[in-house]
Amino acid sequence: MLEKALVGSKRYWLWIGALLVVIGIGVLQYLRQFTYGLGITGLSRDVSWGLYIGQFTFLVGVAASAVMLVIPYYLHDFKKFGKIVILGEFLAVSAVIMCILFIFCDMGQPMRIMNVILHPTPNSVMLWDSVVLAGYLALNIVIGWTTLGADRKGVHPPQWVKPLIYLSVPWAVSIHTVTAFLYAGIPGRHFWLTAVMAARFLASAFAGGPALLIILSLIVRKVTKFDPGYEPIQALGKIVTYAMFANVFLLGLEFFTAFYSNIPGHISPFTYLYSGIEGHEKLVPIMWTSSILAVVSLFLLVFPGFRRNENLLAVACASLFISLWIDKGFGLVIGGFVPNMFEGITEYWPTAPEAMITMGVWAIGFLVLTVLYKVAVSVREEGGFHE
Amino acid sequence: MSMNRRQFLRLAGVSTVLGIGVPAVLNSVGGKMLEATQTRPDPRSLTAKRWGFVVDVSKLKTPEDYQKCIDACHNIHNVPDFGNPKDEVKWIWKDNYERTFPTATEDEYMNKEMKEKNFLLFCNHCEQPACVRVCPTKATYKRKDGIVMQDMHRCIGCRFCMAACPFGARSFNYRDPRPFIKKENKQFPTRMIGVVEKCTMCYERLAVGQLPACVEASNGAIAFGDLSDPNSEVRKVIASTYTIRRKPELGTQPSIYYVIGGKE
Repeated sequence: MLEKALVGSKRYWLWIGALLVVIGIGVLQYLRQFTYGLGITGLSRDVSWGLYIGQFTFLVGVAASAVMLVIPYYLHDFKKFGKIVILGEFLAVSAVIMCILFIFCDMGQPMRIMNVILHPTPNSVMLWDSVVLAGYLALNIVIGWTTLGADRKGVHPPQWVKPLIYLSVPWAVSIHTVTAFLYAGIPGRHFWLTAVMAARFLASAFAGGPALLIILSLIVRKVTKFDPGYEPIQALGKIVTYAMFANVFLLGLEFFTAFYSNIPGHISPFTYLYSGIEGHEKLVPIMWTSSILAVVSLFLLVFPGFRRNENLLAVACASLFISLWIDKGFGLVIGGFVPNMFEGITEYWPTAPEAMITMGVWAIGFLVLTVLYKVAVSVREEGGFHE
Repeated sequence: MSMNRRQFLRLAGVSTVLGIGVPAVLNSVGGKMLEATQTRPDPRSLTAKRWGFVVDVSKLKTPEDYQKCIDACHNIHNVPDFGNPKDEVKWIWKDNYERTFPTATEDEYMNKEMKEKNFLLFCNHCEQPACVRVCPTKATYKRKDGIVMQDMHRCIGCRFCMAACPFGARSFNYRDPRPFIKKENKQFPTRMIGVVEKCTMCYERLAVGQLPACVEASNGAIAFGDLSDPNSEVRKVIASTYTIRRKPELGTQPSIYYVIGGKE
């Protein structure tokens, strides 16, 4: 089926070419980082994780969100999702690949990555995170490829796929729960030491991932002959709405506990992120941007009249996605490090090479996504689909 | 049984992966792994069940008193000096009361002398170290004598330990440290780019019967000994004087005790 990605319009190849350019720039910058060290980034002794780990965390959520299509379709027999489940599964594949690449970019000694397997350490959450991510990647590749292959031939998917599909449901929950445990089990980082961390992660994932999927579906409809359909997109819109409300509610809980308890260590990361401490306010503008976009998206999503208008829905989803991308892909990580372990302030901001490497990884993700979607859409365009 | 080319290739691929992968996994998980041991320990070596320190800051009077301890450590351990806080690598340093005990701060009426007093900070070699719990490769691990060790050859540079350590004891080599070592001590290894390092309690000196370098340079301000031995010097000080530890509420059980002293 992969051969379908090798034929395409001029526009298709232009897009591929553009992605390759961004990837090329990212690779060159990564080679610089590889020789100079992570000192090329904005990271420091006090803020030792930054953009890379933030993007990793955010993308685990995007990957997990495929389950929001799998559950309705396979567990509740919601037939309307039938044609687009594959879009969710392939989005998960590209998101997990980006996650792995971001971890790789963040490592001080990437050539030693196999040490995680050679010296498996069950007490480290990171071992489990790599296990669940690798498993999730495999599940989605196998499930996506097999069901699509069956669709192309106009036959039922083989029986052995069913158990894998059911397995992928708890597995999706596990990848984001385990990723939350990377943060939520650390003593002394007040911002992260919260029992609702995993719940927040899942809520934001189930809002952000499907929001991206809506945008992707609208793009697919525009640039190909395959129409994902009005109703599936509307159903996704409802999922996004519920999940985003849950996410904002959970964030509200964090604020209440921090400020009502009045414990300085719990308050100070929030103060730093949203109003700055002693003139250190680099993150304040983007955190407020995130908050305002969250409000905008909820306003557009909550009224069915707005949501039914696909243009407004697209605006809502884009606002929501950017809002969560800032909140989870950046603020969440930095808030854990500022103030530092001595209640001092060291600020962080990504450097240009760091930003270019990050864009390079995203471009690789989009390339994988484009190729996979090209295959899926070509099969659909040929009318291949079996109820 | 007949098979076409595609089936054959698939079978060949799967058997290769299984043939190479499974024995490798079984060897590392189930196999008997060798443990590095010395045939005979150096008779001079100092041993304990749980090493610990008591830092009496009342005996550290001038900035030079602190600097002597810091230099003693950093010089013999090839700790680089990058000259900027972003890339900074440090094993032992000084800081004021509020920053040393941030959870005990917020006291506007505290006496000025205490507020301005400096403390010596280094790895606490916790009994329940958070860094060891999170390390995905066992590059940081706790020895039987309580030393929280760092294997710079195994470290993958993920910096999970830096996120986990509540005491900011760990540094990362954001750049190649070797050009920034003032005078290399050939007796101790230098580090490479991209690994985490920290105080290793002068394990190399203990092994040949010497006290940790900071203890030796402290002129009696830092006591060192076996916390599990009631008759050790450290235990006697802890039993007779009021001591505090950093962030005890986190349950990591630090092995550094501070005597604040003051006017006695």
